[in-house]
Amino acid sequence: MTANENPPTSGPVPDPGPADGNAHRAGPRKGWPLWEVFIRARRGLSHQHVGSLHAPDAAMALRNARDVYTRRGEGVSIWVVPSRSITASSPDEKDPFFDPALDKAYRHPTFYDVPEGVAHL
Amino acid sequence: MIGPPMTSTSTSSEAPVEQLALTSYVLGLGDDALILAQRLGQWITRAPQIEEDIALGNIALDLLGQARTLLSYAGELEAAGRDEDDLAFLRDEREFHNIQLVEIENGDFAVTMARQLIFSAYQYELYSALLTSADPTLSALAGKAVKEVDYHRDHAAMWVLRLGDGTPESHGRMQAALDRVGPYVDEIFDSTDAVTALPGIAADPAALRPGWTAYVQNVIAGATLTFPTPKWRSRGGRDGYHSENLGHLLPEMQNLHRSHPGASW
Repeated sequence: MTANENPPTSGPVPDPGPADGNAHRAGPRKGWPLWEVFIRARRGLSHQHVGSLHAPDAAMALRNARDVYTRRGEGVSIWVVPSRSITASSPDEKDPFFDPALDKAYRHPTFYDVPEGVAHL
Repeated sequence: MIGPPMTSTSTSSEAPVEQLALTSYVLGLGDDALILAQRLGQWITRAPQIEEDIALGNIALDLLGQARTLLSYAGELEAAGRDEDDLAFLRDEREFHNIQLVEIENGDFAVTMARQLIFSAYQYELYSALLTSADPTLSALAGKAVKEVDYHRDHAAMWVLRLGDGTPESHGRMQAALDRVGPYVDEIFDSTDAVTALPGIAADPAALRPGWTAYVQNVIAGATLTFPTPKWRSRGGRDGYHSENLGHLLPEMQNLHRSHPGASW
């Protein structure tokens, strides 16, 4: 539900607690861990990230995802992943990661003129 | 509503007894769903987490959908010109035929989940049996509803397992919750005159109990809980006898409709 409350970063992420199915044994609740939800809309498509939610463990995360994100027939398959298991690029590293691609137009297929008379390209 | 239009030729002329029984039976099942939907709706904005809020709302809406189908059908069978709204909002306490389990107060989250486990496990057996009912409306409803209640049952089981096999505090409260709802279990499986008069159409409640027991006992054992042996038992909900809880629930549910007759979205 709170998609950006705890965005994954490449820095240290506070451990939200065990996500191995035994979170309910972990003693007093300190807040349920965050899970990222991926849904496949139809057979043949890949899973798409749709948001995140809190749940005490993986099984409940799947069920919460079903209730929160597939109420209107949005999907045929759900993945849930502990948010802390995701390693993400950092906004601070945006320039070295992504800028070098901007001026390399030749990486796009549209850069090249298709010679006349070439079929099936 | 779902199902083919009711053809009353087969029942109204030669078998009014059967039609009366079917009306009573359908009304009872519809009232179960309606009253529990209202109870679960009382959790909205009060659940432990927003995800659970949505889950309880989904379950309540599933039950409300079942109630609408059943009450509409009961109105057709009764042939007294009452529709689903008339039946839901203009009857008084003694005219409701739900089992008493569904009207008890929500209590804490554990009580709500104990009640849900017991009721959804029963509804799962009920709708599974009604899949082969000779009544086309009931079998069509069952085909849709059995998938809904399978999920309700699973949701409740997940929570009972986690709370029962959790901390000492959650274990104690989950056990107390089972003790709270235990006295209302036997009534679910009481037979009624309506059921007896409808072989092949209604599901005999007593025949649903073995499947119910197997499922519920498995969950309770897995949750390290014990099923209570209550000192008393409820009875008579199907005949219109209710605990005082229903008397408090109905005004809240019916107030809007009674204050603004015919109001709609």
